[in-house]
Amino acid sequence: MARVIVVTSGKGGVGKTTTSASFSAGLALKGYKVAVIDFDVGLRNLDLIMGCERRVVYDFVNVVQGEASLKQALIKDKKVPNLFVLAASQTRDKDALTKEGVGKVIDDLKADGFDFIICDSPAGIEKGAQLALYYADEAVIVTNPEVSSVRDSDRILGILQAKSKRAEEGDTPIVEHLILTRYNPERVAAGEMLAMQDVVELLSVKLLGIVPEAEEVLQASNAGTPVIMYEGVNASEAYKDIVDRFLGEDKPQRFLTVEHKSLFKKLFGK
Amino acid sequence: MALIDYLLGQNKKNSAKQAKDRLQILLAHERSQAKAPVYLAKMRDEILAVIAKYVDIDDENLQISIDEDNGFEVLELNLILPESRKH
Repeated sequence: MARVIVVTSGKGGVGKTTTSASFSAGLALKGYKVAVIDFDVGLRNLDLIMGCERRVVYDFVNVVQGEASLKQALIKDKKVPNLFVLAASQTRDKDALTKEGVGKVIDDLKADGFDFIICDSPAGIEKGAQLALYYADEAVIVTNPEVSSVRDSDRILGILQAKSKRAEEGDTPIVEHLILTRYNPERVAAGEMLAMQDVVELLSVKLLGIVPEAEEVLQASNAGTPVIMYEGVNASEAYKDIVDRFLGEDKPQRFLTVEHKSLFKKLFGK
Repeated sequence: MALIDYLLGQNKKNSAKQAKDRLQILLAHERSQAKAPVYLAKMRDEILAVIAKYVDIDDENLQISIDEDNGFEVLELNLILPESRKH
């Protein structure tokens, strides 16, 4: 049975699209058939992060409005088998998506034999974000260890629990997972950044994993390759762990402590 | 410079703790507001208008909330009267 997963955060710029790209690529690398949908109509970016921006012919809105078939609009990833991207429209406005239209696309994807449907939510709590989470079975909340991000995550959790299809129909609630991105263990140790335990306690959501702040995340987006595809990189390892944990493996958390610098570096290095 | 930063760093305030404390208060407040029935804000305004007929009070000095306590729903009204005027 297909699982619909929304990747959401409330706040913008915390790493939703980066996470959607790596999470869906990670699941596809495990052999599952995965579709990842960009819900950010008017500000599409998932195509760019996944490196398929030049192959977008038809988009999500075209499918919802019956101007193209799902088959025509799904972009097959070139690096990962079984991974398909449904880009957002860049020219239409947000009202182009309707609850019924989105529901039909998700049903069609399920009928097509997809195992996972990842919905990359736009920032905010308006219509686009609400549509992205409406049909979700599970939610991945992307949060930075920073006050405004934590507050907005709490807000979006409230919306998940009140305005999703599952909530409206009194079904079993959406399963919530937390991914803490841009984590800097050094600053946590110095008392300058909220610690993992603090954020988990504040939001009371089960932690799927932390992603350390890393230069490679920017390099990966420059190259249009999900960071999970990189080898021997902390951020990539973190996302691989996250995928394993999501699939039920029991993996201990990593990247929570400071990597020790030599005394020389500590005194004179930058 | 790193040496000086390192030494100064020892005296830096623990701002993460501040962040956590502030968020704890804020989230508790916002969650209770989100759960509050829609009529609560309107009811508060009307109660405030009635009180204002008799006492000179500030808008922010009336707090109203609905909490759950041992399975009972409790409507809590908290009004701070001005100190200077005694009738």
